[in-house]
Amino acid sequence: MPKAVVKGAGYALIHANDMILTHGTTLTTERMSNPDSDLFADVPKNVQSFEETVAYPPNQCYIGNINPDELANISSPWYENGIENASRFGKFGEIMPLNEFIGAMRLSDTFDLVMLEKDFAEKVKAALTEHPLFSAEEVAKIGNGYDLALIQGLLDAHKADPLTFDGKIVGCVKQAHDFDVNLNSHVMFENLVAKASGVVALRNLLAKTDIDINEIEYVIETSEEACGDMNQRGGGNFAKAIGEMGGLANATGSDTRGFCAAPVHGLINATALVSSGIFKNVVVLAGGATAKLGMNARDHIKKGVPVLENCIGTFAVLIGEDDGVSPVVRTDAVGRHKISSGASPQAVTTAIVTEPLDSVGLKITDVDKFSVEMQNPEITKPAGAGDVPTANYKMIAALGVKRGDLDRKELMNFVKKHGMQGWAPTQGHIPSGVPYVGFAREAIVNGEINRAMIIGKGSLFLGRMTNLFDGVSIIMEKNTGEGSADSVAREDIRQMIAEAMRKLGDSLVSQE
Amino acid sequence: MDLENQTRIKALVEEHGVENVVVVLGGAEAEASGLAAETVTVGDPTFAGPLAGVELGIAVYHILELKDLVDEAVWDEQISMMEMVLDVDEIVAEVKQFRDQGSKYSL
Repeated sequence: MPKAVVKGAGYALIHANDMILTHGTTLTTERMSNPDSDLFADVPKNVQSFEETVAYPPNQCYIGNINPDELANISSPWYENGIENASRFGKFGEIMPLNEFIGAMRLSDTFDLVMLEKDFAEKVKAALTEHPLFSAEEVAKIGNGYDLALIQGLLDAHKADPLTFDGKIVGCVKQAHDFDVNLNSHVMFENLVAKASGVVALRNLLAKTDIDINEIEYVIETSEEACGDMNQRGGGNFAKAIGEMGGLANATGSDTRGFCAAPVHGLINATALVSSGIFKNVVVLAGGATAKLGMNARDHIKKGVPVLENCIGTFAVLIGEDDGVSPVVRTDAVGRHKISSGASPQAVTTAIVTEPLDSVGLKITDVDKFSVEMQNPEITKPAGAGDVPTANYKMIAALGVKRGDLDRKELMNFVKKHGMQGWAPTQGHIPSGVPYVGFAREAIVNGEINRAMIIGKGSLFLGRMTNLFDGVSIIMEKNTGEGSADSVAREDIRQMIAEAMRKLGDSLVSQE
Repeated sequence: MDLENQTRIKALVEEHGVENVVVVLGGAEAEASGLAAETVTVGDPTFAGPLAGVELGIAVYHILELKDLVDEAVWDEQISMMEMVLDVDEIVAEVKQFRDQGSKYSL
């Protein structure tokens, strides 16, 4: 069976302060229940500017400019210790300002639903033309824009959702149907954000990975949005729509859903498709969510912390045929929380972490790094949810103690050695395992570590269909090179020489 | 506390009577556990859910306070790992504080 390897990873954050107010559910529900709330004035006063967002250490880690070890060495609070001269562009991706992103939304808008105000459209075109991943020819498709009065008219008639930048209306997303709730302006807004942000991640992946895009045959989209109309809510297909915008001419695709666990489900599916020989290269990606912007704004403001949930997060990972170098995704040690596994934390950790390790004779300590739910603790702690990655590492360590894999007094040492500080935005599916894939690839290729486990967990009860929990895991590990194309060729040559020698021997014997 | 959970607790109290309902928390954080205890005793402090301004005074405990009531094998299977991980004293103190302040009933 061919091996599937991790060939590359791309990551992007979209600075989206304005969307906290217009489309974050904390603010939109507040608008319905308490329209005179102080929150509407407090949030804009407590958000990070684009420059502050770029300098914010966890964001620099997300795009690969600092690694998790370097992040851990920066004093906290990180929001008071921004990195000087930080770049918006990084080794794995970028942090995009909202004006450029609104332009990207317009370019992702196949049905002319995004309307930009004239002056703003010109400024966006100028800004995006400078962007290395958007061509001038493409940027011209943004068009000339519309009079603000026309946009305001649609907003007043509740036929559109506002696009705002620096607090001013600069455009709108129109409804795609007069009666269909699944095509109303709010849903179209969320879906176009998911699509356009997925495109940004995909383009970063393609720019930073050595791959001929014509060799990519499949895309799996793993966000938490659903596109479709009133006859098929969630019919799809974000994957193909994003692939189209990435120029993946030879790919098709589909959407995989599983709440926060979906990206790791996607990685498992991609690994299966590649290792079975069905497709040579598969991209797993996800767009981001506007709904979660400013989710904990109330708690952050109350505790004097900036409203740190101001970025849309997105990623793209390429799983491809064995190249002899890139880390291999093991197919014999895939963790899964079964329907019968049970919901207690130790049942979940057993199912996702220790059962797959046991199946191949590995101990917890044989995994150099665990990538769990990598939420930035500066976001979750003020909201009363604690340090999520650390809690996960303690659970894995405690299970190791119960099993006798490590001594109880080693518990915190295990957390330090095999764990990491979280850096991902609380975008649901985004923190779940995948933020480390890029770093894991690099560390394994460079020989710094041998093995990493990528874990995704999902709270399915939120959909009110089941109370079951969910979780899956994969192991990435060092490529031995034995299954690579080069070594196969060498093996072939060895066999040919052996065959020739055998024939020579036979002929010498027969001559005797 | 989740608004849906507030709705369910309110409905259970209406159905069975507040004196017959005990809330057992399983939160992993002291602050969140305290918030939940506060919500079911003196009302939702965020004034966002159906228990806003509703002083139920329910008997409320964290599962970590009820070890003696749980079968040893079940405890070992369900809780023992988390018992090793969580700050038990902090969580128990936080929940107890709100129980002492607002619970009208006890086990």
